[in-house]
Amino acid sequence: MHELGIVFYIIKDVKEVAEENSCSHVSKVVMSIGEVSTVIPGYLTDCWDWAVKKEPLLTGCRLEVETIPAVTHCDACGQEYPTVEHGKTCPHCGSGQTWLLRGNEVEIKEIEVTETE
Amino acid sequence: MFTNHHKSDMDKVKVIEIKKSVFAENDKDADNLREELKEKGVYLLNLMSSPGSGKTTTLIQTINRIKDKIRVAVMEADIDSDVDAIKIKEATGIESIQLHTGGMCHLDAEMTRQGLDNLTLANTDLAILENVGNLVCPAEFDTGSCRNAMILSVPEGHDKPLKYPLMFSICDIVIINKIDVMPYFDFDLEKCKEYIHMRNPKARVIPICAKSGEGVDEFAQWLLDEVKNWKNN
Repeated sequence: MHELGIVFYIIKDVKEVAEENSCSHVSKVVMSIGEVSTVIPGYLTDCWDWAVKKEPLLTGCRLEVETIPAVTHCDACGQEYPTVEHGKTCPHCGSGQTWLLRGNEVEIKEIEVTETE
Repeated sequence: MFTNHHKSDMDKVKVIEIKKSVFAENDKDADNLREELKEKGVYLLNLMSSPGSGKTTTLIQTINRIKDKIRVAVMEADIDSDVDAIKIKEATGIESIQLHTGGMCHLDAEMTRQGLDNLTLANTDLAILENVGNLVCPAEFDTGSCRNAMILSVPEGHDKPLKYPLMFSICDIVIINKIDVMPYFDFDLEKCKEYIHMRNPKARVIPICAKSGEGVDEFAQWLLDEVKNWKNN
């Protein structure tokens, strides 16, 4: 359900960019999605494939997902570590004074379009 | 209309870099909505929780304590049905409308704006948005509210702040409801507060029992102060 809402946002943004650039068709959309963004890539592409059927500008357009690994920074010892493996507790010093450096992104990276001259 | 978009000498395939967060537009929209509300002197509270945490009962208890001091209106968001809006109207007599999200699991700023358009804002000091019952998705989308509040009920367990960190990190106030049944659920209130403050050191925590009204005065007073500050600053 969450993913469907996000798909509608992506479609809106992509259509805007395509129109600004006088594109006749968008053939591919590449997303950058953080590991801990709560977006499940498989659900996102399923929703996408359903939703683009209603959009002539996007017929057959593929959605590709690139994953951004999640990294957490520890304020106590200043080191970084992989979030998914260790969660909120720093594996180097055991502190809980940590914050997510990256891995929460839901970004449209680029689109592949056909331009009409 | 194009019929063959991939093999034509007239057409060029190219890649356009976008690098834009999907939430960027909603965030901007939410900021604009907050500014509009400021101008109109309307305070918007976004209230979130799991299904069954007692949001509607808490609202009825709270509204009945403040409705003689400020003008309150409620927007009930649900995937379907209008039972909550009717319940609020019957129990408090205030303006209450139902928003249907059409299957979506959250409200965004645009949907919130559409809901506000259906309220009599000129006669409203405090608009309360009861978001869809869900601890995941509503946390991702800024509704344009002045503050985020959530209700966690005792049967859900004191470890919820660990399981839904984003929800707790964006909430300014956490109401812990159904404290009367605490002994039956091994609910550790101090642990719960500690977990909430791990995610958000500034969050205010108010334990209540919506059924008996215990603790509701504190939440009601918080709301009155918030609305006053919003209008005066």
